[in-house]
Amino acid sequence: MSGHTDMVLVDENGMRIDGRTEEQHRPIKIEAGVLSNADGSAYVEIGKNKVLAAVYGPRECHPRHLQNPTKAIVQCKYNMQAFSVSDRKRPGPDRRSIEISKIISEALERVVLTELYPRASIDVYIEILQANAGTRCAGLTAASVALADAGIPMRDIVPAIAAGKADGHVLLDLNKEEDNYGQADVPIAIMPSTDEIVLLQMDGNMTREEFDHAIELAVNACHEVHDLQVDALKRRYSKPAQEGSE
Amino acid sequence: MEKRNARQTREIVVPGDILDGTGMKPGENAYVLDGKVRASVMGVRNVFQNTVGVIPLKGCYMPTSGDTVIGVIVDIGPSNWLVDIGAPYPAPLHVNEVPWKVEFGDTSRYLGMGNAVLLKVLSVDESKKIQVTMKDSGLRKIEGGRLVKISHSKVSRVIDKSGSMISMLKNMTDCRITVGQNGMIWVDGDDENADVAVLAIKMIEEKAQARDLTEKIKEFIESKLPQSEEYDDDEGEE
Repeated sequence: MSGHTDMVLVDENGMRIDGRTEEQHRPIKIEAGVLSNADGSAYVEIGKNKVLAAVYGPRECHPRHLQNPTKAIVQCKYNMQAFSVSDRKRPGPDRRSIEISKIISEALERVVLTELYPRASIDVYIEILQANAGTRCAGLTAASVALADAGIPMRDIVPAIAAGKADGHVLLDLNKEEDNYGQADVPIAIMPSTDEIVLLQMDGNMTREEFDHAIELAVNACHEVHDLQVDALKRRYSKPAQEGSE
Repeated sequence: MEKRNARQTREIVVPGDILDGTGMKPGENAYVLDGKVRASVMGVRNVFQNTVGVIPLKGCYMPTSGDTVIGVIVDIGPSNWLVDIGAPYPAPLHVNEVPWKVEFGDTSRYLGMGNAVLLKVLSVDESKKIQVTMKDSGLRKIEGGRLVKISHSKVSRVIDKSGSMISMLKNMTDCRITVGQNGMIWVDGDDENADVAVLAIKMIEEKAQARDLTEKIKEFIESKLPQSEEYDDDEGEE
């Protein structure tokens, strides 16, 4: 959203620099249960993004003063590895990662049945191994698969994807170049059963019509991501069962 | 058992999946949205009479009153012990709930840190405050033997239909075995026999989904422990 470039992000045929159309998302790969020491885990690749999420809990809430006597809290920690971007990222929490942690935990709190576990805490750790724009969406996608894998009661599995605007075109799932030199970025997460929006941000400028179109694109894509999430979870349990019954 | 398995296809559901849209009632781990019953955890779809629910595949142990559990002492107070029973909450064991007369401040003489105890869950209130007791027949401090931890959702598999699996384990390995509802299992016996029993329990946890598991476990124990003294009181093998 910041820089300017001579690069043609969308050519006259509506083709993007990585060969996608305006309404196409990057290839997505989801795997559930990749870590054995966490209660639940997931690994997600969206294009060049590589994200690992781990879930612990519900467990006793520390620090004590964060406890809520009526419901559990979801504590999320989003962290980018130093090697996740081309310039080394200074390790440790910064303003951006604190913000992302907060919005992801708020999105997850909407779907987790927190009232079942008063005074407890559900801890979600999201590690960005490789970043290429759209890591908060990839992180949330991974986190909700990890929560389901941990057996935590929740209303729905949350898929997330971004839409945006670059070169005057409304695009789905912006990549690094489109994000940096584009005009707007709108990450969205929904609850697929009701289409309720649990995460919505916007960076940059769009007209009302463009925004509506972006939301429509993203919501449709979210349902596709959701299918992949469900598939990843079911794959985890159908395989060992078949091996076991042989 | 075999017939039931063959009839019911083991359908795996994930949170948000529609279990039923034709007016059945939500059972365990299910909720209703717009007249449709949906799953709230990942597990196996389970229909019972007019309700449809989900048997979870994973998840933490939530105590219910009456559960027999095995716990480990993690903290000692002047008039109570804190017991880790694998739940998200600590379970206090008050001195009034032990079979001994304990003076105030003298708690550590009876139960020390790391001691294992066989307890019963007295009550769990709506804010999930747990009370446990040791005042019931069979409840005691556990000495000797070894503890195995498995996922609490696999406990029913270790016991199996009317205790067939657990009684086979006990008979074939000649061990004393106590299963806590929280997935803690106490095994006591000869070193060699207990080793096999522990391995068998781990195997049950790993292959909980498999068919004919009781048969497989039986074969496994036979291969490890050539049945000698047990062989005549049990079914004819070899």
